[in-house]
Amino acid sequence: MRHPMFWLILAVTALFAGLPAIGGDVGLRETLFLAAVAIILASNLNLMIGYTGYVNFGNIVFFGLGGYFGVWLTVVQGWPLVVAVLAAGCAVSVVALLFGLGILRLRGAYFALATIGINEAVQALVSNLDVWGGSTGIYLSVAAYQALGGARQALWIVYFLVVAVMAASLFLSWRIRSSKFGLGLFAIREDEDAAAVLGVNPATYKAAIYSISGFLPAAAGALFFFKNGVIQPDQAFDLTLSTEAIVMLMLGGQGSVAGAALGAFLYEQLRGYLLTSPLFSDFHLVVAGLLLLGIVLFVPGGLMGWLTQRWPRLRGKLE
Amino acid sequence: MTALLEVTGLSRQFGGLTAVKDVEFSVAEGEIFGLIGPNGAGKSTIFNLINGVLAPNTGRVVFGGADITGWAPYRVVRQGLARTHQIVRPLNDMTVLENCVVGACFGRDDMPLVRARDMAREILDFVGMADRADTLAQHLTIAHKKRLEVARALCARPRLLLLDEVLAGLNPTEVARMIDVFKAIRGRGIAILMIEHLMQAIMSLSDRVMVLNFGAKLAEGTPREVAEDPAVVEAYLGDPDIARKLMENG
Repeated sequence: MRHPMFWLILAVTALFAGLPAIGGDVGLRETLFLAAVAIILASNLNLMIGYTGYVNFGNIVFFGLGGYFGVWLTVVQGWPLVVAVLAAGCAVSVVALLFGLGILRLRGAYFALATIGINEAVQALVSNLDVWGGSTGIYLSVAAYQALGGARQALWIVYFLVVAVMAASLFLSWRIRSSKFGLGLFAIREDEDAAAVLGVNPATYKAAIYSISGFLPAAAGALFFFKNGVIQPDQAFDLTLSTEAIVMLMLGGQGSVAGAALGAFLYEQLRGYLLTSPLFSDFHLVVAGLLLLGIVLFVPGGLMGWLTQRWPRLRGKLE
Repeated sequence: MTALLEVTGLSRQFGGLTAVKDVEFSVAEGEIFGLIGPNGAGKSTIFNLINGVLAPNTGRVVFGGADITGWAPYRVVRQGLARTHQIVRPLNDMTVLENCVVGACFGRDDMPLVRARDMAREILDFVGMADRADTLAQHLTIAHKKRLEVARALCARPRLLLLDEVLAGLNPTEVARMIDVFKAIRGRGIAILMIEHLMQAIMSLSDRVMVLNFGAKLAEGTPREVAEDPAVVEAYLGDPDIARKLMENG
């Protein structure tokens, strides 16, 4: 008899994979594709913000760098997609580990600022990197999709891979949450110095989780930009998306596996509506900002926090 | 008795201020050693130097035969030297049990979660907080938060426990309960190094006492010897009759 969370994640994954596949509904697939990417970003950001208490404002750097590695490896180096996606994840994790060792001695707002700095620095670097096409980026030709049996089929394959990465993100969040490693992270979140006195090694734990939280977003970035057909620096390292990932997480409830996913899904639906509505399309970010303000002021725990506050017995049952 | 903790020539300056000056003492296996002195005498700084929160400018800290001078706090506790904080530092948004599980998981035994949970429950029962296991630490009263500090430190299965003013701010009933806990801890063979201002408690519990003044050792000996020392009376106790009173009440 497995934990309910296991079945919940399995059910969500099955719905994501099955619903568009059954009717061959491309529109639904595109909607769920964006939702899955949002869930991946928010879930992995949750490992830093919700579990460890470190606000990674520049989290999108993982997504963008992963995209570059993935596209470069498939298009220029001719690697198979799945191998390139995994390699992108590994490469970004290593880079994150190096960054992490540098900036994780900072705390609070200083750490948050440093993460923005890293994103901007990487964007500037990539914009001047000729192997990655500089500021024009890398374009994919239709030929890139031939290995996957043509563009039409490639889009489906990429979609299923993104759903797989989403499932992996949810499992990772859940497993870490109920592990000794997770307990150490929570202790760091609550009081880093007290945690150290209790025997947790904060430097190692923080560097590890920062690196881990980069892996799956990087994989998602590789898939996203492969499907996108083009990758450019200002699109890959867009701070707006970074901020929106934070809004998603706060909306659902930081620290909670289901909360991060739910917040991401709901926000992505809202964003889809705002962007297509003639009234809001130009200022959907204003709505996002107001939403974040409202959450921070009135429901700092997000949806999950509100639920567990309302019904304390739910604490421990919802994860 | 062999020395469990040996501190020699310990000094620490903060800018121009010498907070701890050439302090030397040792704590034996299973002993209760009291550390007293006026506010600002450097008592808490000594704790911070021993458990690695601060690095000493000079001096050595040897614990259980290992030179732990300048080790990071997380390594010191894994060696079997746990501490509590004068100002309590509960992991607020975690339950009492979870707080203790952290202590057990990352303490001397590096336990897996399941065993750590059993250990935490056992210790909570030992300090009389079993009924609060599922309360969030932030919702505890100050007396319970102090007891949680002790429980959490005990979960690390220490050989030596540093207690930093655990009795301060407790009412007489709570003090009496806590003293029972201290005695029970000693009963388990765990040595205690305690900072305390509550003279009756420290005089009745301690095997030996050291008095600090302006960062330097003023006196050391049995509680009676120390309380009768004229230098201690002048610097700290104030009343020449206090030794007699303390011994009678203790």
